[in-house]
Amino acid sequence: MQESAPSKPLRRPALGVGTIAVVAGLVAAFAVPVLADDYWLSSIIIPTVIMGLAGIGLNLLMGYTGLVSIGSAAFMSIGAFSTYNLLLRAPFLPLPVVLILAGLIAAAAGVIFGLPSLRIKGFYLGASTLGAQFLFEWLFTNFSWFSNDSQSLTISAPRLQILDYDLQSATGRYYLVIATTVLLIALAFAIVKSRVGREWMAIRDMDVAASVIGIRVARRKLLSFGISSFFLGIAGALWAFGYLGTSDAHAFNLDKSFQILFIVIIGGVATIFGNFLGAAFIVLTPILLDRLSLIIDLSFLGDQGALANLQHIIFGTIIIVLLIKEPDGLSSLGRRGVEALRSRTRSSS
Amino acid sequence: MSLLTKTMSLAAAAAMAVTLLGSASFAEDGTGQQLYPLFTYRTGPYAPSFIPFGAGNIDYLRYIDEVEGGVDGVKILVQECETAYTIERGIECYERYKNGYNGALTAAIYPHSSGLDVALTDKARIDKIPIVSPGGGQNIATDGRVFPYQYPLVFDYWSEAQIIVDYIAQQAGGYDKLKGLKIATLYHDSGYGRDTIEPLGILSKKYGFEDIQIPVPHPGEQQQTQWQQIRRANADWVFLRGWGVMTPVAIKTAARVGFPANRIIGDIWSGSEDDARPAGAAANGYLAVSVFPPGTNYGILKTLKADILDKGKSDLKDNSKFGTVYYNYGVIEAITFVEALRTGHKKFGNRPLTAAEGQWALENLDIDQKRIAELGAEGLISPLKTSIDNHKGETIAAKIIQWNGQSWDTRTDWIKADASLFADVIKAKAAAYAKEKGIEPRVATN
Repeated sequence: MQESAPSKPLRRPALGVGTIAVVAGLVAAFAVPVLADDYWLSSIIIPTVIMGLAGIGLNLLMGYTGLVSIGSAAFMSIGAFSTYNLLLRAPFLPLPVVLILAGLIAAAAGVIFGLPSLRIKGFYLGASTLGAQFLFEWLFTNFSWFSNDSQSLTISAPRLQILDYDLQSATGRYYLVIATTVLLIALAFAIVKSRVGREWMAIRDMDVAASVIGIRVARRKLLSFGISSFFLGIAGALWAFGYLGTSDAHAFNLDKSFQILFIVIIGGVATIFGNFLGAAFIVLTPILLDRLSLIIDLSFLGDQGALANLQHIIFGTIIIVLLIKEPDGLSSLGRRGVEALRSRTRSSS
Repeated sequence: MSLLTKTMSLAAAAAMAVTLLGSASFAEDGTGQQLYPLFTYRTGPYAPSFIPFGAGNIDYLRYIDEVEGGVDGVKILVQECETAYTIERGIECYERYKNGYNGALTAAIYPHSSGLDVALTDKARIDKIPIVSPGGGQNIATDGRVFPYQYPLVFDYWSEAQIIVDYIAQQAGGYDKLKGLKIATLYHDSGYGRDTIEPLGILSKKYGFEDIQIPVPHPGEQQQTQWQQIRRANADWVFLRGWGVMTPVAIKTAARVGFPANRIIGDIWSGSEDDARPAGAAANGYLAVSVFPPGTNYGILKTLKADILDKGKSDLKDNSKFGTVYYNYGVIEAITFVEALRTGHKKFGNRPLTAAEGQWALENLDIDQKRIAELGAEGLISPLKTSIDNHKGETIAAKIIQWNGQSWDTRTDWIKADASLFADVIKAKAAAYAKEKGIEPRVATN
């Protein structure tokens, strides 16, 4: 809805600006490993991209359909554990198929935990998705079958490969993550621009009116839970194997759910690319503050521990200021900035 | 502020951020120094144990640098990196320092977290960086043929289970007296807590005692039913594998149901001052396994007191933590790092070591009784000798300590674990892991 820039049919060139931007973006995305070293790939770009993808998952549900969930990390853990078990127990399946299946398993769980949404709304719905959060953390820590009876209950990536191409290196993992994400972004755009997306937004804006005009609200809500969980499930699998390299149920705790919620809020509800801005903010700000403290002498604080706590305070302050000044999120700030630039160039020419 | 300036300043901030993230050229030059990336968790739920632990680490390295003039003349550059005990932040720290820092070389990384240790397994194998976790690594990584880059130095929970059984046998008057005894293990229901189920099963078959396993869900503030169960089963001993708040709650609940504290043996993470003190009088007589014996009466601790603490150079804010279990753990860990560097220097010369050289050094550590005496660490550490076949060290040992209401008394000398007892099981597990991951085990040549 808010994604499309105002179109100017009169001066539209043969090749759409959008198309050029998409192609340029893709080329840039695939050229990243040439420019970035392991540090950038492994600890900055990969987590940002995956968290952005998780943000899209929640945004489809929260931003587009207007439903609340604070159990996003649970669906990520389902994706991660499903991927692990499928790779382990059905070794003949290629990785892309496994990822899709894992997404579908997470989607099924999402539909089940979406059922209460047919009756309840808002905070109450939040509480029921919280149930998913606790249930799956408990399930994966108490039934060691899910972690192949590993003593430490951690799952570690079996050989990550596509057609004998080994994806274990930072570059390989980056390509796995970026290719999956690009495909899912395309899917997300297709969905929100389709009839389903428009019906979601109608439900979000006023569900009674939506049902009056013949939208089957219950079905659409469940579909939203399913698709959202599909995205989250794949993001979870990537988080466990593309980023951490290993994981246990606690990697997907309530904190992670809240992080995803913040990504959506900071990045902007009902956007696709905004999620990546939000993710970048969440992933990068703590690292940035840490780096900053290396060059600014903060020894007057007396203690590294005080410094670490100060970073939490600054991070919290930035979030609060951002939410007050820019309640529509970073994506809206960026969009209005671009429009302001455009109108200025227009008026000066 | 107009929207345009707002956008521009946002862009400027982003540009600055990118520059900051990418380069580290602003900091001091570390050429000719050995990097020690210190992974800290000064924030988060486990900060109280890190603060004395980190101080022990820093104080010892500071002593080496400032008093002894470095390790064989090579200065150590300590760079802190806060993980808040999360794996994500830990991975960022690992990536930041794996290739050194401003010219200072990385020889090994101590992740200070069992979870991070596991998470780094694949990355470390690809990057060829040694990962060292004294007292907290993965037991199967003892097999260095399959895990060339993991070093679970000094101790593991399987040996701990065995040491507990040895101590109980000592108290009972011999291994043959174990028959018919009931040993209940009360464990934190996590990967860490479950790690002793298997070895105790093996030991109970061997010695004929009854093995009772009782889980406590995280974080362990409620244990009434578990202790009732222990009473009903009429257990003779309780092996308490607690973590954080679970330990004092266990000791207090035991007192409430009338189970004697001197029949409870805590595990190494249930044996610090902060585990016993909150339980108050209920903890009098409580026992614990200790690989990091507390106390200030060791030569090296006296030296640290004189040269670092008394000169105001200590990282401790609260000097009463000096000589506590976690402080001494930090000192012991720093000793393993410094001794590994010395081992490497003998082969490669007195200069900063690379990761490959660090790996060789960690694989050829030999801190024998004589060296321990030279270090002034008699009674503080037990001999440590590693090889390709054994990344943990061949002589695993621990002491039993007892809480007197104020501090810990050392009850026993080093009780050695019989490394051969579980060796086959560990080898088999490592082999299975190698198969799953497609790793070709190395052949031991040294």
